[in-house]
Amino acid sequence: MTRTAPADASAREPADRPRPSFGQVWDRYGILVVLLAMVALMAVIAPNFLSLSNGFNVARAVSINAVLAAGMTLVILTGGIDLSVGSVIGVAGVTSVLLWNAGTPALVAVLGGIVVGAAAGLLNGLLVAYLALPAFIVTLGALTYLRGTAYALTDGQPLIAEGELGFRLLGNGNIAAIPSPVVVMVITYVAVWFILERTTFGRHIYAVGGNVEAARLAGIKVRRVLLKVYLLAGLTAGLAGVMFAARVESGQPRAGEGYELDAIAAVVLGGTSLFGGRGRIHGTFVGALIIGVLSNGLVLMNVPFFTQLIIKGAVIVVAVGLDSLKNWRSG
Amino acid sequence: MASLVSMEGVTKSFGGAPALRGVDFDLRAGEVHALMGENGAGKSTLMKVLAGVHAPDAGTIRIDGEQVTVSSPIEATALGIAIIHQELNTVPDMTVAENLALGAEPRTRWGALDRKRVLRDAEEKLARVRADIDPRLPMRRLSVGRQQMVEIARALAEDARILVLDEPTAALSDREARRLFALIDEMRSAGMGLVYISHRMEEVWQLADRVTVFRDGRSVGTSEKAEITPERVVTQMIGRNVEDLYVHDDRAPGEVVLRVRGLTDGAGIGPVDLTLRAGEVVGMVGLIGAGRTEIARMIYGADRARAGTVELDGRPVDRRSPATSIREGIGLLPESRKQQALFPLMSIRDNLVTSALGGLSRLGVLRRRAIGDVAHRQMDALRIRSAPTQEVGHLSGGNQQKVVLGRWLTVGPRVLILDEPTRGVDIGAKYEIYRLINEQVARGVAVLVVSSDLPEALGISDRVLVVRGGRIVAELDRSEATEEAVMLHATGVAASGDQTNGDRTNGDRTNGDRTNGGTNGGTPG
Repeated sequence: MTRTAPADASAREPADRPRPSFGQVWDRYGILVVLLAMVALMAVIAPNFLSLSNGFNVARAVSINAVLAAGMTLVILTGGIDLSVGSVIGVAGVTSVLLWNAGTPALVAVLGGIVVGAAAGLLNGLLVAYLALPAFIVTLGALTYLRGTAYALTDGQPLIAEGELGFRLLGNGNIAAIPSPVVVMVITYVAVWFILERTTFGRHIYAVGGNVEAARLAGIKVRRVLLKVYLLAGLTAGLAGVMFAARVESGQPRAGEGYELDAIAAVVLGGTSLFGGRGRIHGTFVGALIIGVLSNGLVLMNVPFFTQLIIKGAVIVVAVGLDSLKNWRSG
Repeated sequence: MASLVSMEGVTKSFGGAPALRGVDFDLRAGEVHALMGENGAGKSTLMKVLAGVHAPDAGTIRIDGEQVTVSSPIEATALGIAIIHQELNTVPDMTVAENLALGAEPRTRWGALDRKRVLRDAEEKLARVRADIDPRLPMRRLSVGRQQMVEIARALAEDARILVLDEPTAALSDREARRLFALIDEMRSAGMGLVYISHRMEEVWQLADRVTVFRDGRSVGTSEKAEITPERVVTQMIGRNVEDLYVHDDRAPGEVVLRVRGLTDGAGIGPVDLTLRAGEVVGMVGLIGAGRTEIARMIYGADRARAGTVELDGRPVDRRSPATSIREGIGLLPESRKQQALFPLMSIRDNLVTSALGGLSRLGVLRRRAIGDVAHRQMDALRIRSAPTQEVGHLSGGNQQKVVLGRWLTVGPRVLILDEPTRGVDIGAKYEIYRLINEQVARGVAVLVVSSDLPEALGISDRVLVVRGGRIVAELDRSEATEEAVMLHATGVAASGDQTNGDRTNGDRTNGDRTNGGTNGGTPG
């Protein structure tokens, strides 16, 4: 009895006053420290790392996963999960190239890809919110059938864009000297930040993730909130899919395989709780950067691919472990 | 008499916030020493210092006159100190016997767990607390009261001489509480020193030999049994005189605001008819399990009703759900603030405005200045002295409850249903909550209060509805609502003369009262 109590006893002290403890400071800035430490380390080990062109390389490589992780953050904040986003990348990318090859304008092709992603998210949302099916199962199913759809649409072959792909700018070009995927990424993050911090919908997301029953009794239309977050996760995944297609200038049915895990890793590294209710979008951004910096640095150091996977996995576990160590210390 | 424990000048701060400011406290062998005070006053902190959970910044602890340092819970156990926490500390999926053996499992010669001895030891330990519990049952199958008995058995098995009970009856039934009190008596007679932390005056009254009251991290006085009066204790606790805890002004209720007709879930609750008038408080009382909460939730639309109508100002409320009710002007403060009301990770400000965001936004975009103003105003009205950005999970129970109530004050409904509005809050916060209810009533809000605290329900209500077997069996005016009268109806004694029509209810509930239940027509479904 008494011997197991001390770990969580002190934080329950009802001192009705905020007092920034080490835990809280670490909570807020710890992950940033990890990122800076990693950048410093890479700069020392890999001399090319700090060059401007490599900086843009990292940002460009990070952008797709970061966009994916932005939508994922919304879902995870409600206490859910979306495993289907990687497959959405495949379907959405293939769709956009199919549309382009059918002669539609670039804008329509882009929107078509995004709409397909949003539709996939809508279906996930309907099943999770209105049939109360577990998100893990619903989106695991979607992961499989969406991938199948991507293969079916292309007979399993990569779909080469005819002529110069009209929206290749989304993957490769620059907008005012900044790589355009980076611009798309920044716009996405500003939008998600706005939703979470400045809208009623954002408050409702945190409320549903924090305490579903309380949210319902407080008059929040919980099912509508859930529907919307899965819709948005699908939409951002559709956008990521179009960006992917633009970068490789083709519709790859295998595009985005395993990306859902990198996106989830970015969200969790950013300090968002998988139980919902706690987390911030800028944390996810930093989390995505950490994964990007790590991958890039390992490539520059000529670390073999298999070893890269081992290191990446270990870093994720250690970083999240540090995070829960903080929770353990302070609360 | 020599002191078993004597603590002097104990000081403790948490990150600059003082929790204990030089507290003296002593415990004699063979006494029950009650600690009272508002949440955050320092009682639990002092006991955690005693139990080695917190290290004091200053001060001394003596046990049997000898100075000791208790730097860990394990040392506390060795010194014979045990705490039974409010939240029990057992492993729910292990059996009672395994829980009792935890950390000191007997082994056979071969090093394997000696199951026979685990079981035999458990039976012995349970016998010491006179608990009739099968040690082979998994812990989770036991009621809270029985789990507590297991914890006490374990403390006794570790030769505890000093036992601290922190709000032990908070989750107990009356019968379990009586059993606990008998055990406490026995432990006292055996010469143990018991510290009893409680908000419940009657219990302290019944059990304690001495009472020490805490306020703001200080001990404001210790009284011998003969000197204890509720007024004195309350005055010490909140630092001011309280003429009457229950605020009740003379009122003249207005028009009927809410009318409920034939509301039933078709499964044992209802049909219920009731009316609420503007500017009155109606209490809904009854035994636990009588169906009060279910009725309240059905009116609000939290649970679906099979039949019946709810009218607000004469207009029926259609498609009832929490969202609709709020729009129409009905609010519900749910029974369990932790599970059903609070967003512990969100700030005070965000918790206060959760249900009023529609009016505090434009096209879905938050009007942040307006939200800040509203939160500020509500916190003033609620007298919560914290930063609006403070996470609600870190507040005391009383302040949390005030925040939940404040959420409804922000919405400003016409009808406010309060389910156990003062459960688990200290007496100062209780008083504040009564004051807030009164303010609402003065503005013409109709308030329905569900309360298991009978003196409270009678003290603040203009009328009382007695619920038994899912129906309202009596309506008593303030002048005729005594505890005896209510209990007669709540237990069915008042109706025992005409049990003949009991076959109209489903199941085994004894319900045959037609004395005052309104219209009992309209069978479910």
